Amino acid sequence: MGDLFTRNVDGMTAALRGCRIAIAGCGGLGSNAAVSLARAGVGSLILADFDVVEISNLNRQHFFQKDIGRLKTEALADHLRAINPEIKLDMHSVKIDAANTARIFGAADLLIEAFDRAEAKMMLIGAWCTSFAEKPIVCGNGLSGLGQSDQLKLLQAGQVYFCGDGTSDMSAGLCSARVALVANMQANAAIELIVRGSAT
Amino acid sequence: MITINEKPLEWREGMTVDDVLEAMNYSFSHIMVSVDGKYVAEIDWDTFPVPDEAVVQAIHIFHGG
Repeated sequence: MGDLFTRNVDGMTAALRGCRIAIAGCGGLGSNAAVSLARAGVGSLILADFDVVEISNLNRQHFFQKDIGRLKTEALADHLRAINPEIKLDMHSVKIDAANTARIFGAADLLIEAFDRAEAKMMLIGAWCTSFAEKPIVCGNGLSGLGQSDQLKLLQAGQVYFCGDGTSDMSAGLCSARVALVANMQANAAIELIVRGSAT
Repeated sequence: MITINEKPLEWREGMTVDDVLEAMNYSFSHIMVSVDGKYVAEIDWDTFPVPDEAVVQAIHIFHGG
């Protein structure tokens, strides 16, 4: 991989190379988190999303005009391999539910929740915590609206970590910068958990 | 005494997660609950015992992603 990771923090590259992180949802949170994890040197990602790229996604999701109509998992995989051709990707273009969560994501050291709907977030947290009581899940919660970067925080409740302001709802609209901030908080938390050995 | 979202709440014998949420007037439709760091499924809220001195977290989950 040459010099791709020479500017990483000491000890980070080796820890991330051997880990596997799953991302449930490849939209605003998931696509941006995946890019940061690939740049950081995560060796293996499990990606799941049943949807295709639409023009309205491009205000906040890591896709391009040429991706419109493609499965998000496949388009995102191309972008991640363009960053690191050696990254291992396990893609699932299916709808995630309580019955398939453990099977699809079970091999991961850590799960990033990146869904839109609160109901889906609740389902995923429940399915993950019930199946894997020791593995972390890093969720996005409250990322809508404008500005207020100082309101974004990381909150831990046992094995569940929440990134966001914990108050804003999607009805406030979604801004590229704020969504990416929270996505990168999730990626940052995941990297720290892996490197510090809390997720393996 | 227990702690719920960093606020103190009087504990009583037989207290469940449902009792705690009711005492706090938490009626949101999407809440994740942990007791002493352990996730508690919603289906168990009416029976899951909350011990004295427990640390309870009840997180309101919002749309957006």
